[in-house]
Order: sequence, then C-alpha cells, then structure tokens
Amino acid sequence: MNIKEYIKPSHIDEAYELCSKGAVAIGGGAFLHLGKQVIGQAIDLSGLGLDYINESDSHVEIGAMTTLRDIETSSIMKQNFKGVLPKTAASIMGIQVRNVATIGGAIYGKYGFSDIITTLLALDAQVELYLGGCMGLDHYLNSSIDKDIILKILIKKNISSAVFACEKKTHTDFSILNMAAALVEGQLRLCVGARPGRAKLSKGAMYFLKPIGSAAAAGETLSILVAEELQFGSDIRGSAEYRRELCKAMVKKCVMEVLQ
Amino acid sequence: MQGHGKKMCNGGATVRIYLTINNRKRDIETMPGAVLYDVLKDCGISSVKKSCGTANCGVCTVLLDGKPIPSCSYLAAKADGRQVTTIEGVQEEADKIGNMMNQEGATQCGFCTPGFLLTVIAMKNELNHPTEDEIKNYLVGNLCRCSGYQGQLRAVQKYMEVSK
Repeated sequence: MNIKEYIKPSHIDEAYELCSKGAVAIGGGAFLHLGKQVIGQAIDLSGLGLDYINESDSHVEIGAMTTLRDIETSSIMKQNFKGVLPKTAASIMGIQVRNVATIGGAIYGKYGFSDIITTLLALDAQVELYLGGCMGLDHYLNSSIDKDIILKILIKKNISSAVFACEKKTHTDFSILNMAAALVEGQLRLCVGARPGRAKLSKGAMYFLKPIGSAAAAGETLSILVAEELQFGSDIRGSAEYRRELCKAMVKKCVMEVLQ
Repeated sequence: MQGHGKKMCNGGATVRIYLTINNRKRDIETMPGAVLYDVLKDCGISSVKKSCGTANCGVCTVLLDGKPIPSCSYLAAKADGRQVTTIEGVQEEADKIGNMMNQEGATQCGFCTPGFLLTVIAMKNELNHPTEDEIKNYLVGNLCRCSGYQGQLRAVQKYMEVSK
C-alpha cells in the first residue's frame, strides 16, 4: 500500500475539508488492499468519536467507526431487530477482521461482497453524512457521493421480524450469495447481495403484501419472482446459474422464517 | 498522542508513531502506508508470521489493546499510541498452551501457532467458560493446513479449563 501522507484529524470539519479536496477516508482499513493502491492523502477517522451504538425510543444509531465485532457483541444490537445485525456480523470472516472492519468502511466501500450492507438495506437503514445529511442507504449506494464523510447509520425501531442468510465455501471466504429479509411496518423488504454485484432490494418483494395463506406458499411464489427480477453474475465462487438457483432456495427459507 | 489535528509527517515521506510493544515503549519512524506486520519485523519481533496478506488466514494475528487483529492489513499509523502484544510478550501463557498443544498432537509445522495462541489468549480474557461452538467461532479466523483442528480444539478446551 502506497500512502503518501497520513492525517488524523481531531475535528470532523477538518476531516471533511480534506475529504472534499480528494483525501481518502480510512475506516478500519481491513480491505484497503482491495481498493486504490496509491493514496495521496489518507485520513484516519478514529479520533472523531464515531465509535458508538446508541438507542432511543424510536431509533438505534451506530457510529460509522463502530467495528463489526462491537456490533456482534452489543447488547443493544442483540435486543433490537431480532438480533439480525449481530448474526450478520458474526458471519463475516474471522474475529481479527471483525475487530478492525467498521460499518462505515463497509458502506463507504460499497463492496459487492458485503454481508452487512445486505442486512442494512433490508432494515431500511439511513446514513447520515457530514454535508449531505440523512438519506436512505439505498440512495447513498446508488449515488456518486464520494467526497463526504459517513457519520452514522440510523435504523428505525419499526421492524417486527428480520433474518439473514449466506452461503459460503468456507467461513472466512466472501459469500457466494447473501440475503436478508425484514418486515418493516408490515412491508416485506428482501435484499440479495454478493450476486456478485452489490446488494439489491427486490422491488417485487417490496410490493408483495403480507400474504393470505401459508408462509411456505409465500416463499415459493417469491423465490421465483426474486430470482427472475434480479441479475446474477459469475466469478470464481459461483456461476450466475448457480447463484440464481441458490437464490430461489434461500428466498424460500428466508421468507418462511421472516413471516413466521 | 502525536497526530491529533496534525499531519503525522516528517518531510512528507515518513510518519512518527509511538507504540508500546510487549510493554516496551517504542518511538518509530515508518512509511505512512506501512502495515503493522512490517513495523513489528523492523522492530525485531520475529514470532509474527505472514501468509495470505489479505486478513484471511490469521497467521499474522497480534493483540492490539488486547484484541486480536490482522497485522498484515492494519496500518501501523493507526496503531499510534496503542499497546501491541506478540508471543514474545506472553511467554508464560504461550508455553502453557503450547505444551497442551504438543500433548494433543495439535501442531505440525508451527507456522500458524503464534497467531493461534494469541487468539486463544484473547478468547480466555474475553469469554467465561466458552462452549465448544463459541471456541470454534472465536478461532475460525485462524487457519491451519496441518492439524485438522481436532487436536487444537482439545488443547484449547484443556487450557480453558485449567485457566479459569
């Protein structure tokens, strides 16, 4: 890794000023080797007090520099959203990486392999940026914003059920496919990631109202709908065809679980 | 701690960081993009090994403020002001687990052993009476190509029993 200059600001406004001029914000740095190999200015955000998990009556807030391990072990996270975020975090590589990788870094990197992005999209999470303010995670991921700083992630406490599933060749590998489903104010949100492209919400599933009939029947219907709606690609972990078939089986399982 | 609110640079080419490595304070000048593994090697720490270089295998594990991290993928500058522990700093504990691993046939080439032992020590400090599943989950990031893991599991269970 070739970094020309390393800066650790003590104020967020200083960090933003540098970022707006092209400096690269470093989260945990665990996946730095996957990004640019030459960085002019790197900004370390760990001195800005962005590592926290707070809870109010209506929201849970996660500071952008909170590590995946902190999410995995947090009692607040275990008690909210059916514990789906700790479960997701626990599935990610080894404890060494989870002690380093941050939730803000995962989102900023917009990584296709990310498990945590998939779950956050299903939970209808919001991101708060220093300049851009609050916006839906889906909107942020599809935007070209790269010169702003993620301050925190907000999740409303309006989720009655949530599940996460992933399929990997080994525990420490990236997912061949990952999936999360949640009931947000009674509406089903189903998200599929590692296709191997970035996680995507199924619009069809979102318009699928709580079904009359069994959860099994709903799972069967949605498995076909989601597999047809989303695009899948091939890489060393699996072919597009394999992912599509895997998706059908995982949708069935997730939908049944989330509706029950 | 140097670096707060300032550029941690010396002539634009290097950074100065302060680490406490195995209870010894060190003043280190290094490159801004240097990873902790490289700095530890430069400091004469020979126990830390590197294998995948992508934070996957756990071989390069060291403890940063008591928590296991992949030193091959952690910028040294980020560790400024913090405590780094390697096997050299926990000889007594390492001997204890090492002996149990020998008794259980849990080690062969030994390349992954330093990282593995440090993760076990961190687990002992973090978890009370971990179940078999908790042990497996905690150690999943430490790969071993020789042992098959069963001997390691037996040795760790023994160590956890006598350590509590």
